[in-house]
Amino acid sequence: MRLALAGLLVALAAAAWILLTPKEMLFDARVREVASQLRCPVCQGESIQDSPAELARDMRGVVRDMLMAGSTPEEVKAYFVERYGEWILLQPRPTGFNLTVYILPAVALLGGAILVLLLARKWTRVTPAGHAVIAGDDPDLDPW
Amino acid sequence: MNWKRALIGAIVAAAITSLLAFGLTLDPNRVPEPLPGMAAPTFELADLETGEVVRLEDLRDEIVVVNFWASWCGPCRFEHPVLVSVAQRYGQRVRFVGVLHRDSRQNANAFLRELGEFGYPTLTDPGQRTAIDYGLTGVPETFVIGRDGVVAFMKEGPFVDQRELTAVLDRLLAIPQETPDRGQSGGP
Repeated sequence: MRLALAGLLVALAAAAWILLTPKEMLFDARVREVASQLRCPVCQGESIQDSPAELARDMRGVVRDMLMAGSTPEEVKAYFVERYGEWILLQPRPTGFNLTVYILPAVALLGGAILVLLLARKWTRVTPAGHAVIAGDDPDLDPW
Repeated sequence: MNWKRALIGAIVAAAITSLLAFGLTLDPNRVPEPLPGMAAPTFELADLETGEVVRLEDLRDEIVVVNFWASWCGPCRFEHPVLVSVAQRYGQRVRFVGVLHRDSRQNANAFLRELGEFGYPTLTDPGQRTAIDYGLTGVPETFVIGRDGVVAFMKEGPFVDQRELTAVLDRLLAIPQETPDRGQSGGP
């Protein structure tokens, strides 16, 4: 009962926030969200949202105008990709060769975990007599 | 020594080192230039002097050189005489337009008074919309558009002499002009 009441209060608060927040603020948030995903061409690893450069300011203006004209965020990003290439996206699209950026860290992490697990099992292996094998006793564990 | 393990370790280390070495050869600040080979973005901009509107659409079937410049840009000053000479040399065979980038009318006029007119119109670009349409990152930057409306060449930075630009223009002029009924791909 208490949980349901808390859920109802949260839902009411969210609805009130959406209804009472001026539309301009919501629109500004959308502009910021898209601008944050686009790289400033004349800066060092900054988005056009964060950059004080004049070109970045003008590009934010284009983002604003396009969203205002009814373009979707994906269409806005596609417009900039057409002009500046995929480079303009701070987060590369997970397609083609870009997939390596997303997959490689997970593969490396998994491989590392498996390696650690295997080595840990080997290092802590117990002999039939009940003695743990230490690295110096096992020629396989002597790496060099 | 376990040679098998040493070999595997060496291969893995070599692969990682090669990857990192390759990464070091790339310039992370280099902005790609996807526009050459694509339809030139259309524009409709006012002449700095007369206020008359110039549309790229009206220059269909012509070879067009679009040069973005600014009075505060040192290399633009250096490039000015090259562009003036090339524009004079090709006369009516090639259309030249300058586009003023992030500059005031007064400063641009002072620049032209000091160095002389280009001999072709300079257009104003409010809000830098056309500059962004062309994927501009700085000035000077020049685009050469073929008769088919496709960007045939672009250059970041100034032309140091006439050779590079005239080579591009001669190549485009050598392409036979298509007779009516050709479909031109307009800008987006």
